[in-house]
Amino acid sequence: MSPVWYAARLGVRRGRTELRQTFTSGQDVFGYVLWTVLLMVPLFLAGDERLKGAGISAGAFMLPSMVGMTLAFTGMMTTAQLLATEREDGTLLRAKAVPHGMVGHLVGKIVMVSGTALVSMALPLVVGVFLVDGVARQGGGALLTLVWVVPLGLLATLPMGAVIGSLVDSPRTVGLLMLPVMGLIVVSGIYFPLSKLPEWLQIVGQVFPVYWLGLGLRAALLPAGAVAAEVGASWRYLETVGVLGAWAAAGLLLAPSVLRRMARRESGATMAERHRKAMQRVG
Amino acid sequence: MTTAHASSGAGSNPPPESDTVIDVRGLRMRYRDHEVLRGVDFTARRGEVLVLLGPNGAGKTTTIEVLEGFRMRSAGDVSVLGADPARGDERWRARLGIVLQSWRDHGKWRVRELLDHLGSYYAPYSTALVRRPWDVDELIAAVGLTAQAHKRVGTLSGGQRRRLDVAVGIVGKPETLFLDEPTAGLDPEARNEFHGLVRGLADERTTVLLTTHDLAEAEKLADRILILAGGRIVADGSAEELSRQVSGEATVRWTRDGRPFERATTEPTRFVRRLFEEHGEAIGGLEVRRASLEDTYLTMVRELETGNGPGERAARAFEEGPR
Repeated sequence: MSPVWYAARLGVRRGRTELRQTFTSGQDVFGYVLWTVLLMVPLFLAGDERLKGAGISAGAFMLPSMVGMTLAFTGMMTTAQLLATEREDGTLLRAKAVPHGMVGHLVGKIVMVSGTALVSMALPLVVGVFLVDGVARQGGGALLTLVWVVPLGLLATLPMGAVIGSLVDSPRTVGLLMLPVMGLIVVSGIYFPLSKLPEWLQIVGQVFPVYWLGLGLRAALLPAGAVAAEVGASWRYLETVGVLGAWAAAGLLLAPSVLRRMARRESGATMAERHRKAMQRVG
Repeated sequence: MTTAHASSGAGSNPPPESDTVIDVRGLRMRYRDHEVLRGVDFTARRGEVLVLLGPNGAGKTTTIEVLEGFRMRSAGDVSVLGADPARGDERWRARLGIVLQSWRDHGKWRVRELLDHLGSYYAPYSTALVRRPWDVDELIAAVGLTAQAHKRVGTLSGGQRRRLDVAVGIVGKPETLFLDEPTAGLDPEARNEFHGLVRGLADERTTVLLTTHDLAEAEKLADRILILAGGRIVADGSAEELSRQVSGEATVRWTRDGRPFERATTEPTRFVRRLFEEHGEAIGGLEVRRASLEDTYLTMVRELETGNGPGERAARAFEEGPR
């Protein structure tokens, strides 16, 4: 086995270790539960309000959309956040000092974020199906959609997250990025169908993966009649593959060189400097 | 960013497996218009412990990072373990150990878990001669973390964290080990244990290059001390050699009939004999003191910083000194 493959295998192990760590850490578990609770609030607020012509409740529309949003959010923002944090605290520098450590680190991060994303999606979904009717009731065929939408969603968001995490100068900057992300969610048809927005905002929303992941999850989890609420009354599978695929391709194209450039710049001195700045902020 | 360019041709490299492990010639480093290193030259042999001293901002960290392959140099020839660090591959990296100063990384990992994981990257580079990685439990015992083996890294004290840093640095059984201020923040006991560990590694033919601000530490650990000041190595030798070079004089202190005296002399032995011949029993509290490394170091750095004249002279004196 080549050393690179060997390091990649160690990376898988690293990812599994980190997953075990996050799901046994009180603080992290609290975070996952809090996220689930926050997502449930609008379901209660919507009550039994029906979505006109679609034969489902507003809550039933929101639930899969929010699960899709969770995927996009975790894939992109968690990856960016982790990368920026681990650059600042020296995790990356350690990886760099070890033979093929960067390969292991990156593979580990992919495993870790993917696992986190799946759990963050499953929790609200499992809780949500007890709160709203008509979600995930139509069996196998539609559920197969999940089998390609979810991995494609991870591919579309993870590398982009890595690019963002490499370009920002500190984890605080990722925090600032949350503001535009909030705006993006409003125009991504998560809490109400996109068709209720002015047309130019619809176009903006359809550029980003959040909308398409929401759509993909709705296609998988809602009854067939719910398609009436969608743009063009279609699940638009081809377009979903097209847009998510384009994001994946762009991310996979950009990420290696951006990551390499970021890794090349890492050294003890640059890290000590960031440490000093971070400490000043605390002190 | 600095521009990367290395001028070393294939012919100028030293023989790959010779006794010389580190070979630095004319190393220069320029950050925009500021030249930090202006022609650093030194070598290290297998199993040698080199301590790099110098005032803050003298370029110690820069030098060490160039050797680690973490920073591109502006000019000069550098060879570590027979390879140019700017082009060192992962096989080369596997023979290197780097002790980093951690502060928050891997906080959720347990000590043993982390060392086991990081060590496993070295397994493909194990040879009949050098078994890699180091056995985890042995390593944990060697750095004195056995009681903390199953604790989370985030809960370790500062001193325990530094020990872990050292353990991570040597887990791959490195042939060359780089440490940038490894004992900053260690209490005297931990420092002492660390010194034992470094000497032990050197006995096993590991070449060690470390920076420190602690002159006593340098004196204790170093086979050879390098003083980096003004962008160049201005002194290179054992602590004894250095103090002889800076000042041939020793200070003799004594009391005669209870009154204190002090005299600087180049021949303390003869001076003391005469002292006893003349005054015999009246002499008490005799003390002969050669210039300490601290005196030597401070003299050198002060001369370099106060102006070119004496500083340059001192630098030349050292360059002509015995190697």
